[in-house]
Amino acid sequence: MTDPMIDPLHDNDSAAAAPVAVDPLAGSDPATAALHVENLEVDFLVRGIPRRVLRGVSFSVRPGESFGLVGESGCGKSTTAYSALGLLPDNGRVAAGRALIAGKDVTSMSSSDLRQVRLNDVSMVYQDPGAALNPTLKIGMQVAEAFTMLGASKAEARDRAFEALRRVRISDPRGVMERYPHQLSGGMQQRVVIAMALANDPKLLVLDEPTTGLDATVEAEVLDLVESLREDTGAAVLLIAHNLGVIRRICDRVGVMYAGKVVEQGRAAEVFDNPSHPYTVGLLRCLPRHGARKNDRRLDTIPGFLPQIGESLPTCVFVDRCPIATDLCRTDAPPVVALGADTSGARFARCHHIDKVAEIAPAGLLDGTDPGAREVEPILRLEGVNVTFHQNRRSIHALVDVNLDLRPGETLGLVGESGSGKTTLAKTILGIQQPDAGSRVVLDGVPLEGSTRKRPQDARRSIQIVFQNPDSALNRAQSVRAILSRALSKLTGITGNEADDRLEVLINHVRLTPRHLDLKPRQLSGGLKQRVAIGRAFAGDPRIVVCDEPTSALDVSVQAAILNLLADLQRDEQSSYVFISHDLGVVRYLSDRIAVLYLGRIMEVGPAADVFAGPHHPYTEALLSAVPSVDGAPETRIRLDGEVPSAAAPPPGCVFHTRCPRRLESGICETEVPPLVEVEPGHRMACHIPLEELRGLQAAETVQA
Amino acid sequence: MVVYVLRRLALAVVTLFLLTLIVFAISNVLPQDVARAILGPFAPAESVAQLNKQLGTDQPLLVQYWRLLKGIITFDFGTSYQSGQPVTELIGQTLSNSAKLAILALLLTVPLGVVGGIAAALRKGRLADRVIVTLGLAGSAIPEFVTSTFLIFVLGLKLNVLPVLATWPEGSSIGTQAYYLLMPSLALVLVYFGYIARMARAGTIGALEADYTRTATMKGMTRAKVLRTHVLRNALLPTISVVATQTGYLFGGLLAVEVIFNVNGLGRLLVTAAKAKDLPVLSAGVLVIGTIYMVATLLADLLISYLNPRIRLAANA
Repeated sequence: MTDPMIDPLHDNDSAAAAPVAVDPLAGSDPATAALHVENLEVDFLVRGIPRRVLRGVSFSVRPGESFGLVGESGCGKSTTAYSALGLLPDNGRVAAGRALIAGKDVTSMSSSDLRQVRLNDVSMVYQDPGAALNPTLKIGMQVAEAFTMLGASKAEARDRAFEALRRVRISDPRGVMERYPHQLSGGMQQRVVIAMALANDPKLLVLDEPTTGLDATVEAEVLDLVESLREDTGAAVLLIAHNLGVIRRICDRVGVMYAGKVVEQGRAAEVFDNPSHPYTVGLLRCLPRHGARKNDRRLDTIPGFLPQIGESLPTCVFVDRCPIATDLCRTDAPPVVALGADTSGARFARCHHIDKVAEIAPAGLLDGTDPGAREVEPILRLEGVNVTFHQNRRSIHALVDVNLDLRPGETLGLVGESGSGKTTLAKTILGIQQPDAGSRVVLDGVPLEGSTRKRPQDARRSIQIVFQNPDSALNRAQSVRAILSRALSKLTGITGNEADDRLEVLINHVRLTPRHLDLKPRQLSGGLKQRVAIGRAFAGDPRIVVCDEPTSALDVSVQAAILNLLADLQRDEQSSYVFISHDLGVVRYLSDRIAVLYLGRIMEVGPAADVFAGPHHPYTEALLSAVPSVDGAPETRIRLDGEVPSAAAPPPGCVFHTRCPRRLESGICETEVPPLVEVEPGHRMACHIPLEELRGLQAAETVQA
Repeated sequence: MVVYVLRRLALAVVTLFLLTLIVFAISNVLPQDVARAILGPFAPAESVAQLNKQLGTDQPLLVQYWRLLKGIITFDFGTSYQSGQPVTELIGQTLSNSAKLAILALLLTVPLGVVGGIAAALRKGRLADRVIVTLGLAGSAIPEFVTSTFLIFVLGLKLNVLPVLATWPEGSSIGTQAYYLLMPSLALVLVYFGYIARMARAGTIGALEADYTRTATMKGMTRAKVLRTHVLRNALLPTISVVATQTGYLFGGLLAVEVIFNVNGLGRLLVTAAKAKDLPVLSAGVLVIGTIYMVATLLADLLISYLNPRIRLAANA
């Protein structure tokens, strides 16, 4: 590797030591490391042409250590892991470098040797646990199979499968063994997958986005489980995640990947608290953190796009998007620079200008004023909304007596685990879901019909939606122009030249350019597609836009741009949002008020600041403490056990009492439904515990933590 | 499971009932005057009236429909206008010939198609895959009478290894009959192999790329064991439905093959009946094919729900 050398361009004028180039693998012993990846280069054959995906990835995971790979989609995180497991797809091949698991080079071994490594040394847990289990085989058989592969007899394997399921703290393991995957919740499925992964007592456990797609509360449980199992088994962990908070929670060290290269590496706390590569800085600043609000500041974005796969990137891979790039960055490959006093290679960044990283200017601050007038009449009012589904002669109460209002220009955030009724509520507002008789959805003082078809055109135009997945929300056969023009003419009735003018205004609003108009959705990136979807919703000057997880499918830098766009549009157009997201940081950034739903009932609703600052409803408290923070926030100890009860048979009394960590001794929670009462101005809560007592309990917790 | 079977059976009966309505509507209502349709525009009115009376087609529609329903239950569909033979007898003979041909064709096509599809999936993108896919596609694209003629020319006339006509001597054993039916069956194999292979290939590719297959691979299993325990069952579910839909065609839609190889089958009987406006034969034949189609689909659904716990358990709930 490169010899240590002094970077000639930068004088040693600061207090910091001069930049020293280091070997990122110095100190790693290939023979003993759990995983040793060395200069790995991987190509994918696309139409017969090899396209480079990994451009010399080097890192090592020591025995018992947990190492995280972060980066946006397409940066090569998963490809790195799959190469190391011999699981590259047919068109992928290792062009150079090697990957060793427990001292054995996976990239050059025979398939039967590879099988032995998989059998004995390494295991994997994937993103979608539902897909990772065979839908046609019972859980018990699938788990037992992992043990029979290791040489156990049938009966022995079943016993050990039972033990394995108990170890991952699944309730009723005996019963679970007799069930099929689709009969388990996502959290339970992931526990089963983890149980199978631990069957061989692996030296290395690879986790590929293990909690993506799970609720925050379930995510917290799974992460707890991974942590405690790691302590028990001493397995090294390679964790791949785009969620920086998850990485910070679990990992000792982290590598930040961009365009097939590790651009920064170090202890997780150091990298996240003191990022030193411009990409890491950008990535962290994209996140709405430290309680950032839409009225206080815009979110930073990373302008530009990830390079196409196979693009030739001879120098710095990040140069095209880097705010501090100079000519040097385009002519010379950046050195691997040691950061701080440690020159062992443990902490480095690949950058010519690490001394200038602090100069990267953050996005503009806003004046913090709240443009939404508080005391005006609500634009939308939900009164006693109930939605009941009937299934196999059972009634499932999806929404129970929901009363909410939405004021002009404000964002109402909807928060709750899956199955809490967020989406049903959004559909009811839109008129896609007919509420029960007696429910009232009132727009501008006028009650609306339950079904969109029966609503007047103006009401339909007024309420629009932006979906989670722009891929399926946009017609793939149509051009952007056709999609937006049709929305314009359908919603406003405008045609001809006037429509063309409006189209131009509209694409300006959503920051698209005329050259995007003639493209089809598949020719656009995820962020651009979501802009088109937002443009479609805004075509008829809506007064209310329902945003159902609009950024969940996007990378954080794109998410930041979309959130900025939504905030700008709201400021300019005075539109109101009903904003659904499982990401509480995102909800906090955009929302003025927040409603917390559980089993179709509102547990708490109030100004965003109050709901987040507390005292909270115990359920809100649990949701908040479940979120892994990228800032390594104090480790709170509220964990929800067990599953969300079935909406067909909700618990008596307070529906949350079966999981509530603050349930009262008196037994009132089990018998009496707490009313939703105002505890502070504009802040309503449904809990038997008085506000002041909650304040005391929750303050005590924070002090302890 | 029992509830599911009963529910599916009830549904099949309802469908069959609807089929009788459609058959009745087409055969009795559309021609308006059945005897006129048979005798032609120049026949004297008296003859027409007489024939109508003889056929019972002068009676109210409800009565006629009742007769059809009664016929289904008692297996008595009256006599053929054309030959005067009882319809049940006519259908019985031809159905047995058609069934022999269909079963032989299925016995050949299904294993070949499934194995071919799986083999293609396992060598996706390579030569074997391309050959299987192209052959299958070509086979399904070429009309049956072309493949049949080609087979007769090669196997029958040039090589002289198989009989050209499927007319076996009276009282032949099953084996001999199968020998005579081999060539028409091969023609059908050529046509249907492609469909089945394509489904089996797609299903296998889907299952091979599924995450659970990767899970199994990561357990350290050999590829053969992964295929056996995790891939095949999931891979073949879609193929089962395709086989069921084709069974209906194989029993009644084989006019060209039956004519070319001189098989006295249901397809030919129906076409002749349709040409001669022999309504009792036509409606009984359509109902029989409909029933076969329904039974095949029912069996396929039951097999699928047996293999796929998601469907089975949802059905129980």
